[in-house]
Amino acid sequence: MKVGVVVFPGSNCDHDAWYAMSQNLCQEAEFIWHNSPSLGNVDAVILPGGFSYGDYLRCGAIAKFAPVMHAVRKFARDGGLVLGICNGFQVLTEAGLLPGALVGNGNLKFVCKPVPLEVVTTDSPFTHQAAKGQTLTLPVAHGEGCYIASEETLDELEAEDRVVLRYRVNCNGSMRNIAGILNAHRNVMGMMPHPERASDPLMGSTDGLAILGSFVNAGVTASRP
Amino acid sequence: MKITPDVITAHQLTASEYDKVLGLLGREPSITELGIFAVMWSEHCSYKSSRIHLKKLPTGSRRVLQGPGENAGIVDIGDGIAIAFKIESHNHPSFIEPFQGAATGVGGILRDIFTMGARPIAVMDSIRFGKLDDPRTGDRNRRILEGVVSGIAHYGNCFGVPTVGGECVFEESYDGNPLVNVFALGVFRHDEIFYGKASGIGNSVIYVGAKTGRDGIHGASMASAEFTEESKQKRPNVQVGDPFMEKLLLEACLEAMKTGAIVGIQDMGAAGLTSSTCEMGSRAGTGVEIDLQFVPQREPGMTPYEMMLSESQERMLLVAERGREEEVFAVFRKWGLDAVKIGIVTNDGKLRVKNHGEIFAEIPNRALADEAPKYNRPFTKPLRTAPLNGPEIHSDDLASDLKRLLASGDLCSKKWIYEQYDYQVRTNTLAGPGSDAAIVRIKGTNTSVAMALDGNGRYCALDPREGTKLIVAECCRNLSTVGALPIATTNNLNFGNPERPEIMGQIVESIEGLTEACSFFEVPVTGGNVSLYNETLGTPVFPTPVVGIVGTLETAVPVPLAFNRPGSSIILLGGLGKPDCHEFGGTQYAKVIHDLLWGKPPALDMDYEKRVQSTIRELVRERAVESAHDVGDGGLAVALVECSFGPENVGADVNLESGLQPEILLFHEGPSRVLVSTGDPQKVFSVARKNRIEALEIGVTLESRVIIRNRTQRLIDCRVDELKNIWTHSLEELLQNPILVNTNV
Repeated sequence: MKVGVVVFPGSNCDHDAWYAMSQNLCQEAEFIWHNSPSLGNVDAVILPGGFSYGDYLRCGAIAKFAPVMHAVRKFARDGGLVLGICNGFQVLTEAGLLPGALVGNGNLKFVCKPVPLEVVTTDSPFTHQAAKGQTLTLPVAHGEGCYIASEETLDELEAEDRVVLRYRVNCNGSMRNIAGILNAHRNVMGMMPHPERASDPLMGSTDGLAILGSFVNAGVTASRP
Repeated sequence: MKITPDVITAHQLTASEYDKVLGLLGREPSITELGIFAVMWSEHCSYKSSRIHLKKLPTGSRRVLQGPGENAGIVDIGDGIAIAFKIESHNHPSFIEPFQGAATGVGGILRDIFTMGARPIAVMDSIRFGKLDDPRTGDRNRRILEGVVSGIAHYGNCFGVPTVGGECVFEESYDGNPLVNVFALGVFRHDEIFYGKASGIGNSVIYVGAKTGRDGIHGASMASAEFTEESKQKRPNVQVGDPFMEKLLLEACLEAMKTGAIVGIQDMGAAGLTSSTCEMGSRAGTGVEIDLQFVPQREPGMTPYEMMLSESQERMLLVAERGREEEVFAVFRKWGLDAVKIGIVTNDGKLRVKNHGEIFAEIPNRALADEAPKYNRPFTKPLRTAPLNGPEIHSDDLASDLKRLLASGDLCSKKWIYEQYDYQVRTNTLAGPGSDAAIVRIKGTNTSVAMALDGNGRYCALDPREGTKLIVAECCRNLSTVGALPIATTNNLNFGNPERPEIMGQIVESIEGLTEACSFFEVPVTGGNVSLYNETLGTPVFPTPVVGIVGTLETAVPVPLAFNRPGSSIILLGGLGKPDCHEFGGTQYAKVIHDLLWGKPPALDMDYEKRVQSTIRELVRERAVESAHDVGDGGLAVALVECSFGPENVGADVNLESGLQPEILLFHEGPSRVLVSTGDPQKVFSVARKNRIEALEIGVTLESRVIIRNRTQRLIDCRVDELKNIWTHSLEELLQNPILVNTNV
């Protein structure tokens, strides 16, 4: 599979995503500059973590206007796999590709630590290799990771089985402990925790491979003619 | 503007320094020139009080590629890879405006690293405050701590560099003068090293990054004076940082360096445009001529004086080969940054500053960078206020003492702090905050770098020379405990007013101690920072040298600090120690339980220490131990308990055989000791024997309890989860409800 990692000014987990995909999962991976009008011939896209445009205005609020986002929207509409991690999740909600919003953590402080997560659904290209109810421990690192949405949206997400990950211990005040969600077509996922930081035994955990491995597997299947 | 004695005094220049200015120029300076001299000759930029003593430090080894004098030291780590690292203080700005003061401290040291061509891969912080539970100053101390921590987090997290470790200490002596020392480390290949040199007559001088504003004017001179009531009015002297701008600057600079068009580059740190121009010219033996009309400005109407002294952040000065400027501009355009030619390199050795063609300053670069006054200030025996003898030590409840120690600001978990830092970004952090030393792997190689920061104001207040040797020993031991070979040092010397002979005495003794220890442990000093005048209303801080030492090891999953299964042998390398009661007066026990400081620091046998370090390095490298932890602050009991705070809560059942009184046995801080657990005690004994050090089997690991006996007397018997709970949450509680913490435990 060939995965494209979008680089906005201020992205800082772009290299980490690239490294996990290319070195830990042995896939072809390349960077895509924010000014690029197209995604080239990639099979899947990662919007990485970081502080795109310095998080000015709101996290992800400026990134949604980047030229590359037109291409990402089209790619997603055509069924392409898009994974937004941390700031990437924020960009996806700002861009309207995912519902809800991410606001300041409950205690108003940045939080960096490993957190246990529940895999809520395996009916997704991002978790089909995991087990339903399985606990994955992944690092979070964010100041604005509190997921909020209207009650109707939350009900809809749950009714349609689109909540992918929940915090077992809520570290940021997210509604209904939501850590990751899908779009209606299930080809776009946003998650606050960092699977790319838990994909190398040297880093102390490989739980992130349950997510990235599923992603690669789905991408490979999709890219087969 | 007329240069009157008042104007000269306001620039913190003495009459004799002004005479020297007259001599070097052969005429009266303009006000712009006076400002330039004042800032370059400030203590902060010129090290005028410490330079003659700093010369004593060992600075070379076969690994050192760049010693002191550049933006950062550089050390070879093999395979054509090098690391650049340095520590800097931002004490004064952090007191006046904690958040921005600390944030720009991080920004400044990061620029020092990437200006040399290295990509920053780790930051550590050594921070010291007044006590959080002080009824008089606690409120302010808590506010400063919160501001400093969020400032560091704000800058480092956004920039995308992991904050992997550090230290945090609370002591009355830092009440009116907190210490914020920031360390950064970067990595590059040997052929990617850049220097701050304005070489090549006719080459272009290019300004890149943020626009120049009126912020931070005279920051360097502010950092060279004591605090008074008026200091609060100096708030506009503190700069404001923009980590996003710095991240763009990093990427753009590293990319521009790859074009091959850049000859030299330096960040605009303290004294901004002034220091970068004259230092780059001085190093290359060239002149630099700039015209300020081309400098990107944030507001109209700034004078040449203001522009030359502005300390606006996130700016760099670079020299590009004539005719290849466009290659450089193209890269900065891509990143959306200002890059403007503001002048050229000349052959006359002078810094010439014009504005719209009119000359405002013309000074030989060497006069500013190399001819700064050097003082051999008078010094006496170091200031010492602590008595030699302490009280009778007798405890009725050692377990309660242990709990109070674990709840104390210095010894409790710093989770509340480090969870606000992204310590993992760039996915290299093999061991992060809470480890004896942080370990960061170098991707694409089989090498990792270990690093630690250590300081101990209490030991140094008792004896600056021995105290400094002890912190070097401790820092090297921290690295060795994770299996790394210490290879080089950076240091931050935080002291009071050097014009007081008894303070100067502390500085001299400490530098000599540093010299002795760094020579002995073969960790040459490649750079650092001196922060003087750390006094408020005449009260100096404890003499506080902070050392940052780096080492290398083979990349592998680290040996943990904590016990990980019951039934393993616990061995104390280095033995129980033979302290006397004078050597107990600097300990955390003396501080927390008795609120006192007396006596002298623990005795250090450097030769023995070195052999302990060789032993633990070999044991870790060969995986002969299941866990390893340095015995440091709080002594043996605290170290044993810390080893029990792993995910599995594995404690210890320890039986000691000692004639020492229990309080001293449990809590003395004698150096040269490391605690290990192992399934193969014979192997540990044999390596220890080879190195001629004591290895004492003191017990076995045990599920969920810590029991310590001496000659069948039960000294401590506690549940691990109870101790862990106190240790884990204490800092948060100290911040929320400082009075409760003291009465609860």
